[in-house]
Formats: sequence, C-alpha cells, structure tokens
Amino acid sequence: MHRVDLFPTHEYQGLKLRPGRPYPFGATVVGNMVNFSVYSRYATDCTLVLFHNREEKPFIEIPFFKEFRLGNVFSMIIFNLDYENIEYGFRMDGPFQPEEGHRFDKSKILLDPYAKLIAGRDVWGQEPNWDSLYQYRARVVFDDFDWEDDLPLETPVNDLIIYEMHVRNFTCGSAANVKHPGTFAGIIEKIPYLKELGVNCVELMPIHEFDEFENSRCSPIDGRQLYNLWGYSNVGFFAPKAAYASSGRFGMQVDELKNLVKKLHANGIEVILDVVFNHTAEGNEQGPYISYRGIDNKTYYMLTPDGYYFNFSGCGNTLNCNNPNVRDMIVESLRYWVTDYHIDGFRFDLAAILGRDQNGNPMSNPPLLESLAHDPILGKTKLIAEAWDAGGLYQVGSFPSWGRWAEWNGKFRDSMRRFLKSDEQVLADVKERIIGSPDLYASQKRGIKASVNFVTAHDGFTLMDLVSYNSKHNEANGEDNRDGENHNNSWNCGWEGECDDAGINRLRHQQVKNAITLLMVSQGIPMVLSGDEMGNSQQGNNNAYCQDNEIAWLDWNNLKKNADIFRYFKQIIKFRRLHKVLRYDEHLSHSDYLGLGYPDFSWHGVKAWQPESGYNNLTAAFMLNGQYTVTESEGVPDDFIYVAMNMHWEMHGFELPQLPQGMAWHIFANTGMDAPEDIFEPGEEPIIDNQHEVLLGPRSIIILVGRKK
Amino acid sequence: MNIESYKLGEELDSFNYEEVQDGILAILNKGCSAVLDMTSCNYVSSTGLRVLLYSKKIAASKGLKFCLVGMNAEVKDIMNVTGFDSFFDFYNTMEECLSAINN
Repeated sequence: MHRVDLFPTHEYQGLKLRPGRPYPFGATVVGNMVNFSVYSRYATDCTLVLFHNREEKPFIEIPFFKEFRLGNVFSMIIFNLDYENIEYGFRMDGPFQPEEGHRFDKSKILLDPYAKLIAGRDVWGQEPNWDSLYQYRARVVFDDFDWEDDLPLETPVNDLIIYEMHVRNFTCGSAANVKHPGTFAGIIEKIPYLKELGVNCVELMPIHEFDEFENSRCSPIDGRQLYNLWGYSNVGFFAPKAAYASSGRFGMQVDELKNLVKKLHANGIEVILDVVFNHTAEGNEQGPYISYRGIDNKTYYMLTPDGYYFNFSGCGNTLNCNNPNVRDMIVESLRYWVTDYHIDGFRFDLAAILGRDQNGNPMSNPPLLESLAHDPILGKTKLIAEAWDAGGLYQVGSFPSWGRWAEWNGKFRDSMRRFLKSDEQVLADVKERIIGSPDLYASQKRGIKASVNFVTAHDGFTLMDLVSYNSKHNEANGEDNRDGENHNNSWNCGWEGECDDAGINRLRHQQVKNAITLLMVSQGIPMVLSGDEMGNSQQGNNNAYCQDNEIAWLDWNNLKKNADIFRYFKQIIKFRRLHKVLRYDEHLSHSDYLGLGYPDFSWHGVKAWQPESGYNNLTAAFMLNGQYTVTESEGVPDDFIYVAMNMHWEMHGFELPQLPQGMAWHIFANTGMDAPEDIFEPGEEPIIDNQHEVLLGPRSIIILVGRKK
Repeated sequence: MNIESYKLGEELDSFNYEEVQDGILAILNKGCSAVLDMTSCNYVSSTGLRVLLYSKKIAASKGLKFCLVGMNAEVKDIMNVTGFDSFFDFYNTMEECLSAINN
C-alpha cells in the first residue's frame, strides 16, 4: 500500500511543501520529507529560515501559512530537502512587552528548542564570527545509528561505582597520550584505563551544546584566555556539544557520542549525564537571543511580576520547569537521550529548582519530578538530584523522590571531610553516613540506594588539594578569589600547597587513602572525582570552571608519581565490587534477626562490642556480617568485614571482635603503612598473627576480612 | 565468488550518494560481491557513511561480500571515531582484498 498523504500541497520559491505534523516538535525526517514543528503560545507569526551549511545568508525564508498552524504549533513538511547541507532557524513575530513577559523580535533568527544537532561551535576554542546573524545553527540529524544489541545496562544502582569526569579535562593534559585529546573519541581510547581502575559508571559533566566563549576573558594572572570549560550553561537540551567530538567539524558528533556509549557499555561501564535544566545560556535581560527568549519567553522562563528574570540558578535566569510545556520539553529531552543515546542515568544540576512553581515557590509534589519518577521510558534510568539550588533551597534528605530519586549526599562530603581533619564534633554524623544515612533516607523508606556518597566532586577541591590547602586559591579565575566555596573542611597537613617535605607528603598520601577508604566502605553509591585516583591537583583552585589548561586538565604523569595512590584506589574499588556486604540497597537492622550469633552490622570501639570506648570522638570501628548477604533465592555468604578508624593523632590499639569457630582475621588494608603493605590483593589477604587486637597508627584506617583459615 | 569493484571519486556525500548507492546495488543485485575502491576518496560525510553500511547490510543479506579498499587515514579515522569501522573489512590494495575474499 502507498500512503496518499505523501504529495506536496504547496510550492514556495521552488520548494514543495505540505502542512506538517505538529508532533513531534523539532525537525524529523520521514522518507524524502522533513517535518518542521515549533511551539509558541504567544507568537503571532513564524517563518522557517533555511541556510546552506555555514553560509551567512539564508537561501530561503518560508512563512508558516495559516493552514500550517494547529493550536499554538507551527508545522510544515518540505519535500526533497538535501538535509545534510542545510541549517534551519525560526523567526518569531509577536509582542515586545517585557513587563508582560514577551520579548519577541522578528529580526532575530532563533534556534529550535528541540534541535538535535547544533553547528556553530564545531571546533573547541575556534573564534566564531561574532557578527553572524545566526550563531548556534540547528541541523537535521541522522538518527539511524546501528546499536546492534546494545541497550542501557541497568546495573543495580547499589553496585555502581561512579566516576565523575569532564570530556576535555580527562584527556587534554600532558601525557594523556591519546590521538583525539578532549573528545568523546579520546575517552574511548581510555576505556582500558577505566576498566583497570574498576569503575563501572562514568558521569559526564555537561555534554549538551554550550558556548565555550560565553563570558570568556583573560586571566589576570597570566593573560591566558578563560573559557566556559565546564559547560553548565545550555544552548540546546537535545544536542551534544559539537566541539567534544573529534568529528564535530564534519557534524558527526551524534554518531561519535553514540559510539562512545556503545563502547563503554560493551565494557560494562554505564553512562550518566550531568544535565542542567535549571537555566539556559541566554542569561538575564542583557543576555543574547539564542532560542527560548525569542520563541516564547513567558513560557520558558520564570519571570517576576514585572517581567524580569528570576535567578534561582545564580546564572541570570531560571527555566520555568513546572510550566506544563517546559516540563514536556524536559521529559522529551530525557526520553530522547535514553532512547537515542542509550544513556543509563542523569544527574540533575541544582535540581531543587525543578521543584519550584512558576513563581519560584517550592512545591510539595512537583509535577515535573513526579513525571520523571513515573515515566515509562525512564523507568529503569538512574535519577540523581543535586538537591539544592542557588536560591537557598536545600533538600538533601527531603528531595521529593517517589522511591525513584537518589541524591548527591552533600552531608556525606561534609562529615567525612571534618572527620578526616580530626574534628572531634562529627563522629555521630560520620556513623550515620557510613551506614547509608538512615537519618536522611530511612523514614521515607528510600533506602541506602538514595545516597550518592562522595568526598570530592567537580565543585570544590580535588582530593589531593583537600589535603594540601587550607584555603582556596582561585586568583587565576579573575574574580579576586571571591568565587568558589569558602568552607571546604580541608587541611593542608602542615604546609599550604605543594612542598618537598617527605613527612607532609607521606601524610597527604595517607589522608587521600583514608578518604577513598571511607567512601568505599560506606553504604551508598560511591562517586569518585576523575583524577583523584592519581592525586590530581588544581593548584588549590576549587572552582576551575574556566581553566581550560593544566590547572583543570588531568596530568597523567601523576599516575607514575603517585603510583601508590592509584594502586590503592584500584584495590579498594575491586574490594568493594567483590563484597556484597558493602553494597546493601536497604538500610541495615543492627540486630541478629537471622539468629546467626552476630548482627548484620555492629559498631565497636577500641574495645570490641563497646562503641562508646574511644578517644576524643576520633576512633570508631564497625563490623559487617557477610552471612546476611545471602537471600532466599541466591548467593553464598560474604566474609565478615571489620573496619577500624583512628583519626586521632596518636596510635591506638583496637580489640577485635571474635569470629565464629574456624574463621580468622586477614588484613586487607592499613593506610598507616607504606606501599605495598598499605593494601593487598582482594581475596589474597594475609592472616594476621594477633587475632585479638590491631594497632592503628595516627590518622589511619584498617580493613580486616574474616573468613575461613 | 564473482567480484566486481566500484571506484569512488574524491568525495562520498549527499551530492553523489544516489549514484554511488545505485552503482554498488547494481553489482550486488547481479549476485556479485562488491569491492569499493576508495583510493581517490578523501571525504565521506554522514550520508556517505550510511551508504557504506547500507551496502554492507544488503551484501550480507545476499550472502555476498562488501569490502573497502585503499581508504585514506583521515576517512578511516572518521569511521573509527563514529564506530562505523567495526562493520567492515579494510584492505590496502585490491590484490590484498581479492586474495582475502578468494581464500
């Protein structure tokens, strides 16, 4: 059968047209036709503007005739378009009444909010033509990538070990030794490295199209150009950053990113995208027209009663996330990344904003968050909230979750950092963090899987800088060191910054190992900041968002320089992956509910079974009973694991709990020892002579494994 | 196995893809395996990559071969970073290709 609606009904300057289909929005290829559809509630008129690739002037502008409109949607089909060689935009006509929220300006050519391929910033750092009428240029995408049998991996969330990374920072640095530095292809070249490290999930800092030249300027320190390196400023929610693809200059970024996801999946590594739905790159009233402002300002942005932009993001504007149409766009975007790119999960930047109503007030049941929690296509997609915003809303532990949302657990970071620097006021809190923060997540029955634990993330010090600096050093950012977090809970171990004192450097390595140990033996989903595993430093810069240079780039020479740190990370990650008892998804009962003679989890002190016995709130120990990992349907019992923590500056002996008959304690790690005695091969830990007590040096952690002799 | 070759020009993109696709299909439809001589080609666009993969799939569906010969380093790199390379056999010369097919 042949369809009867495949014939043009109109002709305009040689192009054959017919009324389009309003849905889906954006540009969609159907056989030899391309359907263009755009929504605007308040526009009075719309024109489709077509360019040949990279040309300044359009070759045609086609008005949406009256019969091409349905409701508030403009749509048209064009026949036989050579769509590999066209770029398209829209002109929107309507009122310019800022006090009413309208900023229509038909002199502007606007990017499609649903553009799936965006040209204009194709090669990183290549200066654009600022006079160009149309800067960020929508193209029509090829969506027929051959995935073969690939699908999102659906790794159980409690089994994840997340590696937070930036596409450029990961492979631009010296000694990265890849053919395509700073690109998706460059990451593919490093997959063997990621596998060796043992992580099973990468979280990519924003890869939606953005403009690295936004707010670009020169560093006051050395005159180098500062870029928008991190990209927390979206130009398009459906398009990958062209300049992150080595093939971006040919417009092939879609295929290159899909190839990265496919290759990572083939190696058992999931992909989470850091998505920024809280604001756009259009800034405030003074910002440029890119898309939303000119397409339908009042729909897309949260506006004050007199038409100014609310600024809950700290970036000039706030996306109107709980407007039904914007909500639909966000849901469509996420579905698209899961369907077309096989993305495994999302981390939502400043996600508290997604729960604000159109006037900025926090809602108790935000429809957007509820939609995402129940969306059928996102049904097994990981959803992780950065549960705060720049407007003062802090929802760690209270983010509306419907049992689906996890959170960046900022309290884990804060407590563990304070414990590491021997803060005597934090032990009670540290204990909550170690057992999966039941104080935050148990009452709503969200379980351990709601807690994404981390000590460091892109915001703030790297782990090596956390133990090398008391204060931030952001002068190179050109903001007089005002930017970046002031309360870092960091300790420099006796000298501010790099030094050649062997004792201080030894202690720093030990503290780095303490930090990764606390992260990996705690219940919850651990997230590691890329580069921490090799002791990467940002020279004390705790907000390197604009440093597209060696400050933010990983220095791969550190792999050799800090070989003991890398080895320690590798082994402890392997240890976590080997031991189910470290990866519960529901909170522990702290009781012997199976009648095994030992509870599932128990606290200890310097004396066994006496958690209150300790020094200055700086010592504690706990034991996990592997017998509880067996479920009715599957599994063999895991080992006993005992962890003793001494954050005191003196040595202390810890009395060991007695194991069942026939079992003995074996030592896996002791951060107080130098390599290679600091950590052993998981499964091949040596037995310890003294089965009754272990000695912990100052500021060290010991992990023992109890198993058959 | 009957084999015929098709010689590409300097580029394979939306301007000439129909002609190239028709030429390759004509070979495959005769029941012959096809060898694409890419020694003169220095650019393959997104459309072009799809012509290659489509040809490969049609060949496979007919139990035939579709091989690429003489691809330059830059085009090979594009295929590599977009993942299209994993579907193909590449040969430096026609002789190498023919000998591999015949063996």
